[in-house]
Amino acid sequence: MTAKRRGAQLGMLAFAVLIVMGAYASVGLGINGKVPSGMLGYGLGLGGLMLAAYLVLAKWAPWADPLLLPLVTLVNGIGLVMIYRIELAGQAGASATNQLMWTALGVVMFSATLIVLKDHRALQRLTYTAGFVGVVLMAIPALLPGSLSEVQGAKIWIRIGGFSIQPGEFAKLALVVFFAGYLVAKRDVLALAGRRLLFIDLPRARDLGPVLITWGFAIATLVLEKDLGTSLLLFGAFIAMLYIATQRTSWVLIGILLFVGGAFLAGQVFSHVEARFNVWLHAEDPALYDAGGGSYQLMQGMFAMGSGGILGTGLGQGYPKLIPLSFSDFIFSATGEELGLTGLMAILMIYALIVQRGLRTSLAARDPFTKLLAGGLSFILAWQVFIIVGGVTRLIPLTGLVTPFMSAGGSALLANWMLIALLVRMSDAARRPPPQAIQDEGMTQVMQR
Amino acid sequence: MSELTLLLIRLAFLAVLWFFVIAAVGVIRTDLFGPRTAPAPTRKPVKQPRAVSKPKKGEPRQLIVTGGPLQGTIINLTETPITIGRANDATLVLSDDYASSRHARLFPQDGQWIVEDLGSTNGTYLERSKVTRPTPVPLGVPIRIGKTVIELRK
Repeated sequence: MTAKRRGAQLGMLAFAVLIVMGAYASVGLGINGKVPSGMLGYGLGLGGLMLAAYLVLAKWAPWADPLLLPLVTLVNGIGLVMIYRIELAGQAGASATNQLMWTALGVVMFSATLIVLKDHRALQRLTYTAGFVGVVLMAIPALLPGSLSEVQGAKIWIRIGGFSIQPGEFAKLALVVFFAGYLVAKRDVLALAGRRLLFIDLPRARDLGPVLITWGFAIATLVLEKDLGTSLLLFGAFIAMLYIATQRTSWVLIGILLFVGGAFLAGQVFSHVEARFNVWLHAEDPALYDAGGGSYQLMQGMFAMGSGGILGTGLGQGYPKLIPLSFSDFIFSATGEELGLTGLMAILMIYALIVQRGLRTSLAARDPFTKLLAGGLSFILAWQVFIIVGGVTRLIPLTGLVTPFMSAGGSALLANWMLIALLVRMSDAARRPPPQAIQDEGMTQVMQR
Repeated sequence: MSELTLLLIRLAFLAVLWFFVIAAVGVIRTDLFGPRTAPAPTRKPVKQPRAVSKPKKGEPRQLIVTGGPLQGTIINLTETPITIGRANDATLVLSDDYASSRHARLFPQDGQWIVEDLGSTNGTYLERSKVTRPTPVPLGVPIRIGKTVIELRK
């Protein structure tokens, strides 16, 4: 009964690659009136990669959701084009070749995850292992000396030779697996025990333990690694999954109160957090704009989006070089300048659709672990987009998170491709028709009557 | 490269970007009425009659979980029997201490869906009464298994 919809998938995939090639051409035309010479190379490179990913998906997860891969391809491709464009503008550090190489590795990780992980429920047996791995990965940069782990104030790296990875990106996947496995085991206690006070069900004091531990962990990340983004990401993911598991609003309220309290305290005690809050609240203050580590970057991003307006300046015709780090943290602002509000909304819609497919998988899943894992993974993707987009548009304080699939950055790209592979694996299981009974069950039933 | 050409390229690119979004939504649209995508309406009506007999009017098409941890789950009914229980190979996998691993089964017979208890420890209830032998399930009548409540819907 269920349609695999391979045709739709392949069509959308080709469409996405064509849009990306069009964007390359448009960048070249905008900058010097010529179609860039490398366009065919990049286009074929991306097209070949995605064809490979498609073939792996068709072989090892034939019932998977037809939209996940094309949607991710498009966002990844637009990121590549923007980085290429920023490299042409001459900003140091932007490298489209590197990003294409990382994309290739990302697709390799995607394929490897799909091929190795035949049944995602195997992860449920690794609940506590995953938790341990996640915590260790998070802790490594905090324990390493600053020379090996610190880049621009954030202590979240492992740097060996010329090579650097951000273990936190992989830790978040491991921790979501842990949360899912843990909550499947414990959710009845968390959901049912407790007293009712006014409108909300209060949990028992001893059931607060895991929440408090996660909270402490998030705060420790904030303090030791100076990484507000990851701390917010992990704590938000835990609270959201707790809510999915128990359907109790009280957990969300408790979580928000704890985090706001924690963030407020951290803002009072630690200067780097306080600086972030100041930049957020008083970004337009000229003194802060000129101060080192002030609001210069944030305001340059806002100016860029402002000059883009509704329709944008057109690809290749903006000034992304004026925004510091426009290829990583601020890629969304640089894209906003050239594609305008219309383009940004389209990109946000694509993210929303990826998340919708993930949540859909969660709804269609037939067992609680899959439901929680798919829900949690979709949530962290959405939450990550919210934190960084909210940050660069000054809705919330800016925290250094990557824009999934768009920002330059290898670890994040690899981890996010693995995340998509997990979602694809689960959507394959959820959409696969139930196995047919070998014996004709109808007959047995007549005998029993 | 003239200003006008660049303007046209810019607008065309945005239009194509949005067209992609709309095309994606079009693919999703077919998915709206169940957890699994229904086959897209074919333009060739010749093939239709060969498909497995479609449910007639008044027959249930979906099984909806209305209570318990899996609330909101929808399973499209086909000709295949549906098994419910804690076993991993069940159609609806419950994680409920009150459910048995192979708790109950639903199967179609002569246009009706029949519920049968598979020797569960805590029993299967159709409305208030315990299911002791295979019993036809009317539309919209709740079946309770442990903490889970399911219903057949059109």
